[in-house]
Amino acid sequence: MALLLPAAVVVFGVVLYPVIRTFVVSLYDVNSPMAGAYPFVGLHNYTRVFQDSGFYPVLGHTLYFTLVSTFAELTLGIAVALLLNAPLKARWLWRSIVVLPWALPTIVNGALWRWIYNGQYGALNGVLDSLGISHTPHQWLGSPFLALNMVILADVWKNTSIVVFFILAGLQTIPADLYEAARMDGAGAWKAFWRVTLPLLAPSIAVVLILRTIEAFKVFDIIYVMTGGGPASGTQTIAFYTYLQAFSNQLFGYGAALAYLIVIAVFVLAMAYLRILRQGQMAGVE
Amino acid sequence: MTRVPSVTSQILDAAPSRRGFLTGAGAVGLGGLLAACGVGGGSDKGAAGSGKGSIRALFMKQAGYSEENIRAMTSSFQKANPGVKVTTDFVSYEALHDKIVAAAPAGTYDVVLIDVIWPAEFGSKHIVADVTSKWPASWKQKMLPGAVATPQYDGKLYGVPWILDTKYFFYNTAHLQKAKVDPAQLDTWDGVMKAARTIKASGATTYPLVWSWQQAEALICDYAQLVGAFGGTFLDDSGKPAFNQGGGVQAVEFMRQSVVDKLSNPGSTQSLEEDVRRVFSAGQASMALNWTYMYGLADDPKQSQVAGDVAVLQTPKGTQGRPGVNGSMALAVSSGSKQQKAAWDYVTYLTSQPVQDKYALSSLPVWQSSYDDPKVVKTNPAVVPQAKKQLGDMILRPQVQSYNAVSQALQAEIQNALLGKKTPQKAMDDAASKASSLLGS
Repeated sequence: MALLLPAAVVVFGVVLYPVIRTFVVSLYDVNSPMAGAYPFVGLHNYTRVFQDSGFYPVLGHTLYFTLVSTFAELTLGIAVALLLNAPLKARWLWRSIVVLPWALPTIVNGALWRWIYNGQYGALNGVLDSLGISHTPHQWLGSPFLALNMVILADVWKNTSIVVFFILAGLQTIPADLYEAARMDGAGAWKAFWRVTLPLLAPSIAVVLILRTIEAFKVFDIIYVMTGGGPASGTQTIAFYTYLQAFSNQLFGYGAALAYLIVIAVFVLAMAYLRILRQGQMAGVE
Repeated sequence: MTRVPSVTSQILDAAPSRRGFLTGAGAVGLGGLLAACGVGGGSDKGAAGSGKGSIRALFMKQAGYSEENIRAMTSSFQKANPGVKVTTDFVSYEALHDKIVAAAPAGTYDVVLIDVIWPAEFGSKHIVADVTSKWPASWKQKMLPGAVATPQYDGKLYGVPWILDTKYFFYNTAHLQKAKVDPAQLDTWDGVMKAARTIKASGATTYPLVWSWQQAEALICDYAQLVGAFGGTFLDDSGKPAFNQGGGVQAVEFMRQSVVDKLSNPGSTQSLEEDVRRVFSAGQASMALNWTYMYGLADDPKQSQVAGDVAVLQTPKGTQGRPGVNGSMALAVSSGSKQQKAAWDYVTYLTSQPVQDKYALSSLPVWQSSYDDPKVVKTNPAVVPQAKKQLGDMILRPQVQSYNAVSQALQAEIQNALLGKKTPQKAMDDAASKASSLLGS
């Protein structure tokens, strides 16, 4: 029992205490970081979220970011993993290269892409120009919807790596004789992928899907570095908006309520995925 | 089919049962009740301290004094005060406000650099200490009025002005010569637009103007200066938004037109002051508004390709005058500091006239008599004469507690207008209606 104490302290200190504290703060009209007697407002901060006209566009950006980035990372990740699972020359080298983007801190990745997209001296315009594709410089972060997509691209570049790892690990657990059996039954490469690879990869895909969806839903740092939420608030996500409300505007009670809604949304997502997964596995066992 | 062992099964095994989940939720709820006795962060009860020991100060990384300047000032302070050790931290301007707020409950910093738009918020929330009683009576006469206004809110003083700044108009003399533009033309915004057309036609630059119009406070600084030039105000006498009328809207129309005419760099809407400096220093812009610090760096051959071709003027005149935006900053003592005496000594040292005079190339002194001191004029001969004319005529952004939220509404809507998503009038009306509800008016 005593051996569990350090773990318990850590869990309480860094998980439970902030979770409880944030909930308490969300019930009060806390508008300063300093201690004081703030009015108790019950669930007002939560109802206020839904009356806040600024919240809905932000929710839209977050859902778009989550759906598009997760889908892109997943499809790209599976494709790259299949490639790296094939008997390539210097496979270790390719695998190490794939790790690189993931090893970069998000802040560095954001700054890097901000430079690449720069309309004046960015590499992307430079490449398009030298390949003769486009000679007019584009402002990649200059209009709201384009900027959101460009931030997604930067996120995909970094996070596809983690998908590749999970899928590659999954691929290596698939026994080679299954493919042999499929081949003897007359299945081509495509059919083998659909009938053997994909069903057996389902658990790995599900895990990585949970991780990426949750991470994407909470996206903050890459936005902060690349666009600061602009232009015209077009790249503000819920986490970014929460940050603005809590720290820039010192509406800590409201910020706490927004943060709690993120927690609830993520929790529901995770539970839904786990349920689907559990059913899938039951079916697999049968 | 056989079950494939994977990490998934471990996660599934670890997933909480319904009963386990409910127990956990119950514990969280109970904890919530227990924690409910105290809301908010730490205490704001600071202490004077002995005047000796360690203090920590928070500065910004860009504009004004450079990190190098501040480290040099600090080390001479420590030499003069051997009992005090100062640790300096630097963050970007965009992170400064939030860092001050986040660090306030713990009293991490004894001295913080605050912007002219924050005394209302920080003073009323007791994040920084009221130092009105500590101000020697003579300071108010000896400092420039724009400086004295910087740390002031509701008749109280929440710091000592340190960076006295406004936006000056910089231009590239070589580009103007190439396009045969007379610099006298740059006295008015109309003249600037004409000059920009001529420069563009001459091919000296594709986009003669560059601005700091990213969705950030930098955008509001440029806007404020134009609002002043066109005779607008942010708020009317009763404190209601007035930027959706007259000069407030004309300023946005002017900005938008410069984008439509392709005279302003389209990258402006993604640029902060440092981006403006880089573009200007690379010779990719002929004219720009920026703070005092740009002169020293744009004219330094080590950091700029246009060194020797940089000239600086007062901000151009609009239809109603030429006030500069008050972009000054002050040094404040944190309410939570346990070393307020040492902190105050450090603040008074950094803001003292000899120290400010010495580093006048980075940031101009707050002291009136410095501007007639030949030594100071020699430190920054290009900017001081312009500053003498400009610093007496400044426009303040609204001094209200919810300034940040109002500014965010303005930033988003001005960008909507700049990107052509709304007409300037519609954008400013929308900003005004958001601001009204934030200001409770």
